[in-house]
Amino acid sequence: MKTAEEFFNILKQKFGDSIIELKSGVPLESFIIIDPLKIDEVCLFLRDDSELKFDNCMNLSGVDDANGKKEAQADGSSTIVGGTISVIYHLESVYLKHKVTLKVSAPRENPQVKSVAAIWRSADWHEREAYDLFGINFINHPDLRRILMPYDWEAGYPLRKDYKNPEFYQGMKVPY
Amino acid sequence: MMYDFFVDLLGNEILAAIVTGVPPLVFILVFVLFAVWLERKVSAHMQDRLGPMRTGWHGYLQTIADLIKLIQKEDISASANDKPLFNLAPVLVFAGTYAAFAAIPFSSYYIGSNLDLGIFFIIGISGLVVAGILMAGWSSNNKYSMLGAMRSAAQIISYEIPTIIVVLTVVMITRTLNLHTLSEMQTGYFWNWMIFGGPTAGLEKFLLIPLMFIGFLIIYTSMLAEVNRTPFDIPEAESELVSGYHTEYSGMKFAMFFLAEYANMFAVSAIVSALFLGGYQSPIGYLGNLFDAPWLIPVEQFFWFTAKGTFFVFVQMWLRWTLPRLRVDQLMALCWKYLIPIAFVNLIIVGLITVL
Amino acid sequence: MSFETKKNITVYKPAVKTEEMILNMGPQHPSTHGVLRLELQLEGEIITKVIPHIGYLHRCFEKHAEAMTYPQVIPYTDRMDYLASMGNEFGYAVAVEKLLNIQVPERVEYIRVIMAELQRIASHLVALGTYGADIGAMTPFLFCFRDREKILSLFEMTCGARLLYNYIWVGGLSHDLHPDFVRQTRDFVTYFKPKIKELNDLLTYNKIFIDRTSNVGILPLDTAINFGISGPMLRGSGLKWDLRKDDPYSVYHKFDFDIPVGEGKVGTVGDCWDRYYVRVLEMGESLKIIEQALDQLPEGDVSSAIPKRIKPPVGQVYTRVENPRGELGYFIISDGSVNPFRVKVRAPSFVNLGVMDVLCRGHMVADIIAILGSVDIVLGEVDR
Repeated sequence: MKTAEEFFNILKQKFGDSIIELKSGVPLESFIIIDPLKIDEVCLFLRDDSELKFDNCMNLSGVDDANGKKEAQADGSSTIVGGTISVIYHLESVYLKHKVTLKVSAPRENPQVKSVAAIWRSADWHEREAYDLFGINFINHPDLRRILMPYDWEAGYPLRKDYKNPEFYQGMKVPY
Repeated sequence: MMYDFFVDLLGNEILAAIVTGVPPLVFILVFVLFAVWLERKVSAHMQDRLGPMRTGWHGYLQTIADLIKLIQKEDISASANDKPLFNLAPVLVFAGTYAAFAAIPFSSYYIGSNLDLGIFFIIGISGLVVAGILMAGWSSNNKYSMLGAMRSAAQIISYEIPTIIVVLTVVMITRTLNLHTLSEMQTGYFWNWMIFGGPTAGLEKFLLIPLMFIGFLIIYTSMLAEVNRTPFDIPEAESELVSGYHTEYSGMKFAMFFLAEYANMFAVSAIVSALFLGGYQSPIGYLGNLFDAPWLIPVEQFFWFTAKGTFFVFVQMWLRWTLPRLRVDQLMALCWKYLIPIAFVNLIIVGLITVL
Repeated sequence: MSFETKKNITVYKPAVKTEEMILNMGPQHPSTHGVLRLELQLEGEIITKVIPHIGYLHRCFEKHAEAMTYPQVIPYTDRMDYLASMGNEFGYAVAVEKLLNIQVPERVEYIRVIMAELQRIASHLVALGTYGADIGAMTPFLFCFRDREKILSLFEMTCGARLLYNYIWVGGLSHDLHPDFVRQTRDFVTYFKPKIKELNDLLTYNKIFIDRTSNVGILPLDTAINFGISGPMLRGSGLKWDLRKDDPYSVYHKFDFDIPVGEGKVGTVGDCWDRYYVRVLEMGESLKIIEQALDQLPEGDVSSAIPKRIKPPVGQVYTRVENPRGELGYFIISDGSVNPFRVKVRAPSFVNLGVMDVLCRGHMVADIIAILGSVDIVLGEVDR
C-alpha cells in the first residue's frame, strides 16, 4: 500500500517537469498536480507499470476553480476572467488496492487537456461530461460532443460559476 | 349441413349462405366477451391479484366496457400510411379466422358446411391471416411494425408444416378429411378418442397411444405459434416492438385484431379437440340417452365441444402467463430442427402400424 | 450467412451485403427503463453499432448542490437513483462526515446498514422483476413487486415515505426506529427466504429464460475493469470485488457474509444470466446481514451527533459506497462555507451504460433488451 508521497516520487523520477507538485496536508486527500498536456503519458505509465497498475479510473471530474478576477457586467451579473479550470482524476488499482488522486489545471479561457479515453474506456463518457458542463477541450478524444445537455445547446457551459441561463432555447422561454 | 338445411328452408342459396354465417359470428362475439374476461381473471389470479372486480359481479361486464371504449375511439391513421392496405388488413385477419369457423363441427346437427375437405380447408384459409398481418405491418410505415410482421409471417408459415404433418398422421387412421365424420368415428366413451388411438382394435391401439400423445403435443405447440401466443408472441412482443404489427391501429380496427386473436384461439383449440379429443362427443355418455330424450343430445354435444375448446383456451392463457418469450432464431430452430423431424418420424411409424 | 464461433457464442456475419438500417429505440419505450434513446445500426436483425443518447432526465443536481447547504442536498441525492435512495443518502452522509471528521453513534451505523440492505433487496427485486417482464414472463414481475411492498411498508413505518426518504442525515438519522420495527423486519426476513426459492423455480432455471440470457452479452473481465464497471456487473464477470469488503465503510466489517460471483453455471462467465444470478444470490446475502445487524443492534440516541451548522474545513474528499447498481462515488470539494463548492456524483449506471456498445455488437435486436435489462440502469442516476 503506497502513499501519495511514494507515488509522487516515482512519477517525479520518470517524468520530471510534467509533475508539478504534491499538495498534501489539505483534508482529506493529497493530490498530485500534473501538466495538462502530458497527462496521457503519465496515465499510460500509471496503468501499465507493474508496481503501480492503476487499471481503474474511478472518477474524472471537472472543477471550476473560480480563482480569477470577477468582472461586473452591464446587466448586473459578473463573469470571471483569468484563473483556471481543473480536471481531477481518481485512480485505483483493483489488484494492488491502492488509490491516487491527480489534478491538472488549464487556463480558463481555452482549457485544453490531453484525453485519457484511450487508456481507460471509462474516461470516455466522463470526459464528455466535463466538456459538456465546463467547456474543457480534450485533445484526441474519439467522440467529443455534449452528453447531458441537448446537442445544440449554445449558451455556454452550465457548471461554470459565471454561467447564466439563456433567455430562449428553440423558441421556449428558459427561466420561469 | 346447416347450409343445406337453410337452402331447403329458404330456397334461395345466397340468403341461406348469409343466414348460415350468423350463428358462428354470434358464437365468436359471445365467446370473445367471455374469453377476454377469462384471460384477465386467470392472469390476475396467477399473479396473486384480483383482476377486474367492479364492472358487474367480479367484473364480467369489463369486456363490454372495453368494447364500448374501443368503438368510440378516434380512428387515427398517419398520413404516410398506405390507406387501402391499412384499412384492409384487420378485415383480412378477421375474415381468415371467421372463415375457419365454417367447417368446425359444433355438434352432430350443427356444422356450417359439411365439406369433405374439412380440415384441409381450415388450414388453407388460415393462411389468409398471414396476408393480413403482412399488410398491417407494411402499411403502418413503421420499422417496428414491419419487423413484427416479417417475423410473424415467417413464424406462421414455418409452423404450418408440423401442423399438417400431424393432421396427416390422424387422417391416416381415420381415412377421411371430413371433420364431421371424424367426430362421428370417435363415438363411445373417451376410450375411442383419437388421442387414445381412435376406434382401432387390439394391439394397434396400444401401439398408437404414445405416438398420438406426441402428435397431440406437437400440434398443440404449433397451434400456439399459429395464433402468436406466448411463448411464441414475438410479433406482438410488448417489450421489444411495442405491440408489433398492430402498434399503429386504434379504435375499431384494433378491436378487429383483438377479436380475431381470441376467435383464432378458440378455432385452433376446437380443431385440436376435434382431431384428438373426440370433438363434440362426450366422454361419459349422454344424459339424453339416460332420460330417453333424444333431442337433448345435440345440446349436450354443443356443451361438451365448447367445454373442451374453452379448456384448451384456458391452457393457452396459462402458458402465456408462465413462460417467457422465445427469441426469433430459437423459435425457428425449434420448428425446423425439433418439431418437424419428430413429426415426420411419428408419421412414418403410424403409417407402418396402420398398414401392417 | 456464415458463422464463426468464438468460445460458446456464434457471431453472425451476413454473406450478402444488405442495406444498413438505423432503428431508434426512442426515449419512450416500454423496456428501456426510463428515458434512454438507443440508436441501433442494424444489418437485417444483427446489430453493428449501438449509440446511447442520454440527458433526457438531466435535472442539474450538481449545480443545485452548489446553491444548497449541506443538509439541504440530501433530498436531492434521493432523487438520483430513485430505486435505491437509502444508498444515495448513505454515500453522501459518509462523505460529509469524513470531511467534518465526526463520529456517529453505533446505533446510527447499525440502522443505516439495515436500511441500506433492505433497500438493496428492494432494488434487486425491481431489477429482477422487470428483467423477467422484458423477456416475456409477466408473472414473476408481480411476485417481486408484492414482496417489495412489504419492504416499502417497513420504510414507511420508519420515516413516513415509501420511495424518497430524506432519512439518513449528516451525523445521524432523522427519526429513530419505530418500536415495532425490529419484530416486523424479522417477520419479513422469515417470509422472504422461501420467496427467493420460488423465484428460482419460476424464472431462474426456466429453460426458455436460460436460452434467452445465457451466452448473450458476455463481458470479459479485463474489459469490465477498463470500462470502470462495478457492482453486480463486475461480479458477474468473475471478480470478487465488493466495496463492503474491499474498502469497508460504516460497520460492515462486523458482519459475516459472502460475495456471490458469476461462474458461468449455465453458459459463459459474464453473460446476462450470470449477472442476473448474482443479483438473486445477493438478496440472500443481504438477508444474512440484516439478521446479524438486528441481533447486534445497540441502544443510543440517533440525533446526538447531528451538527447544528455544517461548515467543513477547506478540502476535498472522495468516498464510495456499494449501491445495488454498483459503486456510487461522491467527490465533494469544500471551500469553508456552508454551501459545497463542488459535488460530483460518480453514478454507477452512468459508467455501466458506457459498455453497451461493446456488449451488443453481433447480437440481435431481441438480445438488446436482455442485455440492457442485465446492466440494470436507472436513468435518474445516469443523467442526474
